[in-house]
Amino acid sequence: MSGAGGSGEPVLSIRNHIRLDYRFTAGRAQSRFLRAIAQGKILGQRCPACLKVYVPVRGACPACGVPTEEEVEVADRGTVTTFCVVNVPFYGQRIKIPYVSATILLDGADIGLMHLVQEVEAADVHMGMRVEAVWCDPSDMGPSLESIRYFRPSGEPDAPYESYKAYV
Amino acid sequence: MREVAVVSFAQAPSVRRQDELNEVEILMPVVQEAVARSGIGSKEIGFTVSGSCDYLAGQPFAFVSGLDAVGAWPPIQESHVEMDGAWALYEAWVRLQHGDVDSALVYSFGKSSLGDLPDVLVHQLDPYVLAPLWPDSVSLAALQARAWLETGHEEEEMAQVVARSRRAALSNPNAQLAGEPSVPELLAAPHLVSPLRRHDCPPISDGAAALVLAAGDLARRVCERPAWIVGIDHRAEAHGLGVRDLAASPSASMAASNAGGAGGVQVAELHAPFSHQELILSEAMGLGPDTEVNPSGGALAANPMMVAGLIRVGEAARRVMDGSATRVLAHATSGPCLQQNLVCVMEGR
Repeated sequence: MSGAGGSGEPVLSIRNHIRLDYRFTAGRAQSRFLRAIAQGKILGQRCPACLKVYVPVRGACPACGVPTEEEVEVADRGTVTTFCVVNVPFYGQRIKIPYVSATILLDGADIGLMHLVQEVEAADVHMGMRVEAVWCDPSDMGPSLESIRYFRPSGEPDAPYESYKAYV
Repeated sequence: MREVAVVSFAQAPSVRRQDELNEVEILMPVVQEAVARSGIGSKEIGFTVSGSCDYLAGQPFAFVSGLDAVGAWPPIQESHVEMDGAWALYEAWVRLQHGDVDSALVYSFGKSSLGDLPDVLVHQLDPYVLAPLWPDSVSLAALQARAWLETGHEEEEMAQVVARSRRAALSNPNAQLAGEPSVPELLAAPHLVSPLRRHDCPPISDGAAALVLAAGDLARRVCERPAWIVGIDHRAEAHGLGVRDLAASPSASMAASNAGGAGGVQVAELHAPFSHQELILSEAMGLGPDTEVNPSGGALAANPMMVAGLIRVGEAARRVMDGSATRVLAHATSGPCLQQNLVCVMEGR
């Protein structure tokens, strides 16, 4: 406790240490996604009702409220649909600012995946830019999106706006 | 008051630890079953409300992921209570009184296995003077059991409750604990936290449940024998345990009375996680010998947090819908030592 030393001063705060440990359950669908990404594959699932392909898989289509079972491997390259340039330093930051966090529509997917875009000046990143995944060394691959270090420009021509405007 | 009825109910079997499925994967088939049984299209449901607790998952806004199981597009009218699903049912009932929508989906889910439940529950207590002492939920229930025993009761009465619950649960496929222990066998077991033995405490459970409410003509159209809610009320007692009489439950008594009372009730499903609590509740509500209490086995047989209260409503409603009862009472509790109590009385016509 801090504050009040018995002198009639108000108690302004107390310190109550709380630690609760949890064991997260990824679930059936996400477990398959995480196992695949450890092997360098990106898995999606197609909704049987609206036919959209969700990445990462969730086991459900949140729009239709139905289970998704059909698995679809999507490409490890895609199109930047939107992005932001991070200029704010924060505790634990591992990348030099400014850097780009982008929503990337992987080829074959119907939902953007959030990831970093590197090997390019932040000022040169733009909507429609084609990017490809840069994977970790095989020895560092694991059941985590961090198995992809970042995306970088693939050198392909920009995707036309019409091709991704439904996903912005 | 607008007539509102339970027209369908579904639940997941309660298990100690559902390692394979996450919350949405447990919940989704349950929601789909309840909606399918209701005969109301999922896109025709007028209001959706859920009950769950982020502390169980250890993630802020964990309840939002539950909506994956519902299909919230086009945007739906939706609400959530950080309470047992029985309180979500209350909100749905109030919402249906507005008169502009005719149906509501109520669901709840809880995976207690992710953390250490007795410690997680500490954080529903006063954060300044009580939670820092880490009084776990079993120890607090033991304080209550002691207070109740001292008013002239015997541990044997608690064992009788457990024996009946275990036996009843034999015919409940969703129960976690069932069997035919004798009262002397139960009393021969060692105390866990005196005066409670392990069997006086609820199992730790993962589970989910969902039901659909419909109003007036819609209920009559989609359900042969709807479980009409003739009274529903909930009352809360003080947060501080020291200012309460733990051996009694004035809030349960008042909620039952306001919901129409125990008279003529054939089946009562009481959410009594600890054996002595069923006896406190039965007395508070004035349940007589003609009322069958917890034919499902109750919370001693399966106690998914945030779900077990809604299951009581569903189990009681099921007895009306299948024609085996005409007037039933469902009860749900929340908070330490029966702090809050909800009573819902339903009838078949």
